[in-house]
Amino acid sequence: MGAVGLAGIVGLALALVPAFAGSFAVDFVTRIMITAIFAASLDLLVGATGLVCFGQAAFFGIGAYAAVLLTPSDGTAAVLWMLPACMACAAGYALAIGALALRTRGAYFIMITLAFAQMAYYIAHDTALGGGTDGIYLPARPTLGFGLDLGRAAILHGFVLVNLAVVFGFLALLLRSRFGRALAGIRENEQRMRAAGFSTYPYKLAAFAVSGAIAGLAGFLFAIKDGFVNPELLAWHESGAILVIVILGGLGTLRGALMGAVAFALLREFFQSETVFGTFARHWNLGFGLAIIACVALLPRGLAGVPAQWRVRAAARPTRRGAVR
Amino acid sequence: MSDADVWMRARDITHRWGGLVAVDRVSIALERGGVHALIGTNGAGKSTLVNILSGELVPTEGRVELLARDVSGWPQPRRARAGIGRSYQRSTIFARFTVFENCRLAAQAAEQRPWNWWRDARRCEASAAAARAALARTGLDDVLDRSAGLLSHGQKRQLELAMCLATGPKVLLLDEPLAGTGPEETDRMLGLLAELRQDHAILLVEHDMDAVFRIADRITVMVNGAVLASGTPLAVRQDPAVQAAYLGGH
Repeated sequence: MGAVGLAGIVGLALALVPAFAGSFAVDFVTRIMITAIFAASLDLLVGATGLVCFGQAAFFGIGAYAAVLLTPSDGTAAVLWMLPACMACAAGYALAIGALALRTRGAYFIMITLAFAQMAYYIAHDTALGGGTDGIYLPARPTLGFGLDLGRAAILHGFVLVNLAVVFGFLALLLRSRFGRALAGIRENEQRMRAAGFSTYPYKLAAFAVSGAIAGLAGFLFAIKDGFVNPELLAWHESGAILVIVILGGLGTLRGALMGAVAFALLREFFQSETVFGTFARHWNLGFGLAIIACVALLPRGLAGVPAQWRVRAAARPTRRGAVR
Repeated sequence: MSDADVWMRARDITHRWGGLVAVDRVSIALERGGVHALIGTNGAGKSTLVNILSGELVPTEGRVELLARDVSGWPQPRRARAGIGRSYQRSTIFARFTVFENCRLAAQAAEQRPWNWWRDARRCEASAAAARAALARTGLDDVLDRSAGLLSHGQKRQLELAMCLATGPKVLLLDEPLAGTGPEETDRMLGLLAELRQDHAILLVEHDMDAVFRIADRITVMVNGAVLASGTPLAVRQDPAVQAAYLGGH
């Protein structure tokens, strides 16, 4: 079965969730889909281009804050212009960060992306614009038109699913295009790309802007889902968590972004469950962290790489038997 | 040599690393149809000079011309698009890509179109054709689908040259393309260079003196960053300063 067929089945299964599941499950799945969009945005930098960005939460948070701040206080706004506006805000910040950070390499690059993300965090945290630690409520959800109300969980679920499909479809095309191949070349060997005649800086900057826009989209969706934003959305541990999700799922694969988001959410639910762990569930971070470490240690290519890992094992087995014989 | 045939020229190049003069007032000309060998001991400044010609390093002083244009201020990618292909001392390839994709991606530099995001790169005919031609010329057309990291050392050297050729260069800057290759691979590479000199200007940095004297029609000897001697192989071989400093009893 091809990747397109598999994606179709997964999409259909996700679309059917509201028909069969309760409101908690619908909310849970919607949240996972938003996380998957966010993870895919980071994977464009880390997995596809080889740029380890440790400030991705800033783009997500800016998308979310833009959704709240751009909504007119007197009434509702239309998704039609709100969504691109929020993406543009995040992309603009990504462009500014990228223009400076991309002049550095390695650990310095990681630190600079972190530093700029912290700047955005403190703007949200400490200025009147961001509403301080308490955050801000979304005055009203934007309207989608066609008589569809995003306040209803099933409608929102469908809207997020459509966005997920569009983002994944867009990235799948982008990664196999000339632009995507050039990013892969930069990841593998930037020196050779420059020697061949590629000015690599504009390519990396474009990847940054696209990544920021998609992360901003995820933030926008998050804001209209929860109806509330706070500075913690931009905090560095959110940048760390999304990086863990991308690594857990498998770098450089779109399905890895989705699988990582699912696994991360399920593991967290599991370790937070009082029916399983009793009062120890209060210390869920401990078990959760150990589980993540175990996953990353045992699955070097992430969850998306498991089938390939199994194939290698299966291929190795008969030879071993043959050697005994 | 007629000036029109000089495809690359460096004039009075000096490069200092702090107090150390790595390249000291070196001038060099590369002409079409010629293989210009650059020899010298380790640390003589050969690779620094190549990096200056290719645009990876901005020299402290001096000027670089490509096809009669002053390209001193151009960054490496622009010079590469204008006609410089280079190989590195250590193979610089995309180890996890197939041999074909290595060359196709290099060829894509001539027709980048990054905004064409919906179109599959594999359907870019121009780059595929350039890649196939370069691979056929270097004799790698039977390993197109192999992962480049799995090639033998000699094949990796050939692949790197193929990637240069795929970009359609006029000038080839080859930094020790024969390092670590076996006798057969050396013969093959020299045969290929003899063919390529027809329509390229070639700079060959090389330690293998037999190879240099077999193929070069000009030799420049560098010692401590400066040119010790420059001329035809015969003149260089008989130069007493070169004899004393470098060639020994060769």
